[in-house]
Amino acid sequence: MGNLLEINNLKIEATSYPPGEPPKRITIVDGVSLALEKGKVLGLIGESGAGKSTIGLSAMSYGRGGIELTEGEIILSGRDIRNAKSGVLRKLRGAEVTYVAQSAAAAFNPAKRLMEQVIEATLYHGKASKAEAEARAVDLFRKLGLPEPETFGNRYPHQVSGGQLQRAMTAMALCPQPDLVIFDEPTTALDVTTQLGVLAAIKAAISDQGVAALYITHDLAVVAQIADDIMVLRHGKTVEYGTTEQIITAPREEYTAALVSVTAKDHTEKVSDDKPVLEVSNLHARYTGMDREVLSDINIAIQPGTTLAVVGESGSGKSTLARVITGLLPQIKGRVTFEDRELSRDLKGRSRNDLRELQMIYQMADVAMNPRQTVGTIIGRPLQFYFGMKGKELRNRVVELLDEIELGAGFIDRYPAELSGGQKQRVCIARALAAKPKLIICDEVTSALDPLVADGILRLLKDLQDREHVSYMFITHDIATVRAIADSIAVMHLGKLVRYGPKSKVLAPPFDDYTDKLLKSVPEMRLDWMEEVQRTL
Amino acid sequence: MRRVPFPALIGLFITTLFLLCAIFAQWVAPYSVSEIVGDVWEPASAEHLLGTDNIGRDLLSRLIWGGQTTIFVAIAATVVSFVTGSVLGLFAAVIGGWIDQLLSRFVDLIMAIPTLIFALVVLSVMPVTLPVLILVMGLLDSTRVFRLSRAVASDIEVMDYVEAARLRGEGRTWIIFREILPNALSPLVAEAGMRFIFMVLFVSTLSFLGLGVQPPAADWGGIVKENKDGIVYGIPAALLPAIAIAALAISVNLVADWVLDRTSSLKGGRNG
Amino acid sequence: MNSLVVKLLVQRISLGLLLIFLVSILIFVGTQILPGDVAQSILGQTATPESLANLREELGLNVPAYQRYFSWLGGVLQGDLGTSLTNGRDIATSIGERLGNTLFLAAWAAVISVPLAITLGLISVLYRGRWPDKLISAVTLSAISIPEFMMSYILMYFVAVKLGWAPSVAMLNSSMGFWDKLHAITLPVAVLVFVVLAHMMRMTRAALLNVMQSAYIETAELKGIPRLQVIWRHAFPNSIAPIVNVVMLNLAYLVVGVVVVEVVFVYPGMGQYLVDHVAKRDVPVVQACGLIFAAVYILLNMFADIVSILANPRLRHPK
Repeated sequence: MGNLLEINNLKIEATSYPPGEPPKRITIVDGVSLALEKGKVLGLIGESGAGKSTIGLSAMSYGRGGIELTEGEIILSGRDIRNAKSGVLRKLRGAEVTYVAQSAAAAFNPAKRLMEQVIEATLYHGKASKAEAEARAVDLFRKLGLPEPETFGNRYPHQVSGGQLQRAMTAMALCPQPDLVIFDEPTTALDVTTQLGVLAAIKAAISDQGVAALYITHDLAVVAQIADDIMVLRHGKTVEYGTTEQIITAPREEYTAALVSVTAKDHTEKVSDDKPVLEVSNLHARYTGMDREVLSDINIAIQPGTTLAVVGESGSGKSTLARVITGLLPQIKGRVTFEDRELSRDLKGRSRNDLRELQMIYQMADVAMNPRQTVGTIIGRPLQFYFGMKGKELRNRVVELLDEIELGAGFIDRYPAELSGGQKQRVCIARALAAKPKLIICDEVTSALDPLVADGILRLLKDLQDREHVSYMFITHDIATVRAIADSIAVMHLGKLVRYGPKSKVLAPPFDDYTDKLLKSVPEMRLDWMEEVQRTL
Repeated sequence: MRRVPFPALIGLFITTLFLLCAIFAQWVAPYSVSEIVGDVWEPASAEHLLGTDNIGRDLLSRLIWGGQTTIFVAIAATVVSFVTGSVLGLFAAVIGGWIDQLLSRFVDLIMAIPTLIFALVVLSVMPVTLPVLILVMGLLDSTRVFRLSRAVASDIEVMDYVEAARLRGEGRTWIIFREILPNALSPLVAEAGMRFIFMVLFVSTLSFLGLGVQPPAADWGGIVKENKDGIVYGIPAALLPAIAIAALAISVNLVADWVLDRTSSLKGGRNG
Repeated sequence: MNSLVVKLLVQRISLGLLLIFLVSILIFVGTQILPGDVAQSILGQTATPESLANLREELGLNVPAYQRYFSWLGGVLQGDLGTSLTNGRDIATSIGERLGNTLFLAAWAAVISVPLAITLGLISVLYRGRWPDKLISAVTLSAISIPEFMMSYILMYFVAVKLGWAPSVAMLNSSMGFWDKLHAITLPVAVLVFVVLAHMMRMTRAALLNVMQSAYIETAELKGIPRLQVIWRHAFPNSIAPIVNVVMLNLAYLVVGVVVVEVVFVYPGMGQYLVDHVAKRDVPVVQACGLIFAAVYILLNMFADIVSILANPRLRHPK
């Protein structure tokens, strides 16, 4: 049977214009080949910068911002479109091949109603009359589980939620009844419980229409639910290409095997009866000018040398909890007790020692470090500030810390911009350690990192805990991370604590409704996971 | 140090040339500023490279002396504008609260009046001397610098690294001078170039209207005013300062662009 | 229209009126309380103490400042702008005819420059990075580097004197017909258009480019829709608010430019009137003109904000 899409030896290059330097030629994708039959789904998976989105868009012969498809063949329905004229490409874009973007919120025109945008391509390419197209759209809205499908299209993009927009975008892609849809990380920006619904809707809709799809994501567990074949990419090259089953159950390459196993790590729970280092009792908080409490009646405690994971989706109040504990947002009620002393509500009232013993590590390491300071200054400042270290003593201690985070003395004079994402996060860890804290609050510290890098950071944090006996409060939305590091768990939802206790108890039935849904929504590295979950939810 | 791109090089060269001429006007100018050396509106000759002006002074010398005044006043006004605007802007952003509100609303109010109009209103009751001129121009313009520096600082202020410094317990001085200022510097430096050009245009306009630098001192706007009557007789003396102003403005622009470009590349950095 | 929009509009209009009120205070303070003594400035350094005292009495300078302010404001609200110190004429009458002339000049400049700026901005964006864009950028960069009065003389020298295509001064009188008037103001309008156009076009280009970089433009392109249609259907509706803002912001250059251009071309408008009386230190005239110029400027900005409120889909169709 003939392939719908065949890419042979594709090379994609771009010219970058670093300010103040001569332009540079960079290769983004090199020698990639793939084939996709009608009605099949191919998953493209890789870290950021692996070139997966670029390959996806090349199926429409489209290069974003100065990207050029320089070598190879892109054969769509029997013709090579790599160098096709723009008139030819216009005819196939939006008609034969359509695209679903990562951020539907940005991909919809804010000034136009959804219906107009959903049927635009269908009408433009003359694939249906306006009435037919609208009927198709309503049908798709219904199949994709959108509320009030008859009138949904009358709304403007800002009037519907993120998950609904992502479904509407899928409807927009399916409405012209194309042969191929490119899904570019369609669920990455969504909360885990929303992701499950959207993913299921996408899967049902594409199998219903019998359309082929390229599904691009960084999450292997997600793609395993939807793809027939998977291609693993790294640095613009193919690492491994095979059926989904083979990739998940019998990966041939080390890199693929690491990706498969990274979400399966577990950590044995430490139990401690020691006096808690941090106790939060009866805590309520609210942002100024808002009526609703963002935190209500929170009670948690963390024992020395253990890790409490605070889990929740966006809007659950987990980051707010960190802000209250650190004194950035004074609580309206309740107490924060640290090492037996009650901490002042706001930052001003806290002693230097209070501040030193409670450190924080942020999600985005690149904005957590002053870009004009060297690594040496960044790590050295707490030493100087809290311990008055100077000169050689200071430098030696900085080098020691750099060794502890497995970077070494060579990094001391570098600027943050010269480090990779993982290295940046390590420097932030060193800065926190430099203060010799009792407790470190880690706010989504691994969620901006690629899975293997994140794994390394988690391992480092665990090693440091064993050595320094420091406690962590680990804020995350990712259950796999929780399993890999937590001793106790607090599940938060809409500003409330829904479940709290030792890991073994929290993650064991009987569950409350929310925790049940949350745990079940986390994609697992199994082929039949989604079907199973849909039956039980 | 990276290679300086060609346009910036030209900009640097011409700007430097202008500055040197301004500083060393005493030695560069062939004649003194007010010496009458020839007939009215003599054409260009070997003696008077650009001819003479409306009362027979050497035009080239007038232009060089005029450049000295114009550039000096513009630099002084830019300094006043910058020091006032950026210090208040940075403090407003870091302190926040009612002080920030008060300052920001006051600046909004001043900016609700076009600068030239406000300057005219104020100059109608003030004696027009160089210090008054510099102060009026500088203070009126500082509102723009205030807005920019406050905006830049507020953007930086919400960065996690500033929060990290706060959580460490750092004082206000450290946060302003060590965390915010180094990162705010490149847009501010580029803006300084733009403000300087604006000042050159501003002081020239005021002098042209007769409310800026007073005769017999020369400045570019004043030279236009003195020689404007020649235009209808086809004598282009009044156009020469235009060339000087445009050349200076464009070259400073080129340098400012380069500074902005060069420094902002440090901030972006590479990912991964 | 919904209540949220009405509320925002009412807020914005009240803010504009409040600003005008505050500006009137500022202008009054600027001319009355600053260290410079009005009487001293009028009479010069050689004035005798008696004549100074007399003039102060005459100007009402012995009454507390706030009382003088309120009587001035009361007059302004009733259309009484006071009398000129230098010629004793009623200021409102003098301004009346001049304001008409100034508006005539400014309106023509606006009518020509706004569509031209938007068209050129569009061309720049369509041909981004290619020669039409580069040419337009280079010309406008030089245009904003030259002050208005210089541009005026350059045009006067080449167009009026060397080529004789247009009159070099823009005198108006009541016997002139419409077309004569239009011919008389060719050069001042050209200068204003050139100066305003440069700023306006650069900002229009930036505003449009900003919209063109949105993800929804890529979405439309990936639907196979031709570029011009993408601009018209997707970029344009979202550009109205920023472009109106740009236009209004740049009409401010018109307000300032008009002052200078009128002086250069000896045009009988508000600007020349203001500058003349600043030199003569005729404070009541300066106050009146300053207030009118500022009020026009504030009203233009207010209008821009009103348009962007009305053009915002989030406000027109709330959740």
